[in-house]
Amino acid sequence: MNGRRFFSLISNLFWVLVVALIALDTASSKGSRVEPPPIAFGSGQAASGGHCSGR
Amino acid sequence: MRFLMRLLLVAGGLGGIFAVTLAAGLRQGLLALLGIGFGAVLQGARFGFTTGWRDYIERRDPQGLWAQMLLLVLAAAFTLPLLASHPGELVGAVAPLTISLVLGAFLFGAAMQLADGCGSGTLYKAGGGAPISFAVLPTFAFGSFLGASHQPAWIALGGLPPVDLLRYGWPVALGITVVGCGLVSWLAARGAQRHRAAGGQTSNITGGTGWSRRWWIGALLLAALYTAHLVVAGQPWGIVYGIGLWGAKLVSAVGWNPAGDPFWGADPHALRLAEPVLFDVTSVTNFGLIYGALAASRWNGPADFRAPTAKRLIAGALAGLVMGYSARMAFGCNVGAFLGGIASASMHGWVWFALAFVGSMVGVRLRQRVSA
Repeated sequence: MNGRRFFSLISNLFWVLVVALIALDTASSKGSRVEPPPIAFGSGQAASGGHCSGR
Repeated sequence: MRFLMRLLLVAGGLGGIFAVTLAAGLRQGLLALLGIGFGAVLQGARFGFTTGWRDYIERRDPQGLWAQMLLLVLAAAFTLPLLASHPGELVGAVAPLTISLVLGAFLFGAAMQLADGCGSGTLYKAGGGAPISFAVLPTFAFGSFLGASHQPAWIALGGLPPVDLLRYGWPVALGITVVGCGLVSWLAARGAQRHRAAGGQTSNITGGTGWSRRWWIGALLLAALYTAHLVVAGQPWGIVYGIGLWGAKLVSAVGWNPAGDPFWGADPHALRLAEPVLFDVTSVTNFGLIYGALAASRWNGPADFRAPTAKRLIAGALAGLVMGYSARMAFGCNVGAFLGGIASASMHGWVWFALAFVGSMVGVRLRQRVSA
């Protein structure tokens, strides 16, 4: 198997793995929450938190 | 055949947005859509933060830096009035001026040149199928998880409190941002002129053969998407938090207990870790970004790439680890700290830029040795 085919295979496997992990995580995590309004602007609610800046 | 491929790509994107909306709500679906936009623009315009800096360091080509300054000014102009008028609902990326920021930004700048991509670059290149990203991404996730866990200890080393220029009103904050970006652009242009006068190779713009439009179009579109992201999510666009969360989830899956961890054991991070990953703002945008880059790279046919050497892959994997860790020391990457920080009028964004650029100068030299 040459390099190009090998990395094409890796790329495809990556996508299978991503979808599988998201599905597994969604199915197994505690998923109950109050759904936030579709748009934060004008909602009157604070941002959920979880940002690179450390919030 | 090309039409069929495009149809499949659009259908895949819409299907993904629909699935995210079903699983996590309309806001997350909108964020997935914006993420696709980010990925398509980054890939389509080849808007690389890393490449823009390297072009200047190696060839004194200022176009990338200019486009990034344009992006910062536009993002600040669009969002600072919103942040000022809707405090609480909308929050900027504001962080303290700590020792960890200085060290982390320097390390990140060096590592991103070795990894051939920053946070957003690694994701969009992974979507585009660039082989080195598959070596960088796993170690990036682990490094980011670990760096986040150690972040409170790094912050405890000391520093100065956050400097949020928005407290002086958005016109002053925007004015300072415009002056700062103008100064960087002027310095970059002067450096390019000097380089040319000394007989160095000329870039497109300094040689007068025309501008590379992709940079400017990319800056305009990214500024629009950045603003939309803030309006929808209530917080600026980020990358590394989500990648670290993926690392934390994977490590938790193999038995690690986050309880008691100074970062992952405290809210809101503990909550993010317990919830489905699709509830996390940054993760959903990141997933969209990767898909958008995939779609843009396949839009005109199969992607073309060269297989990297084993040496490059190993260097990339190590750089990914350093990049992930240092990004958490420095409160983000080129997106969360540089773009988000400066566009939010937080001084930590400027400190991050200065130190990361110096780090990149070192990283470019290391990269040349690894590539030799």
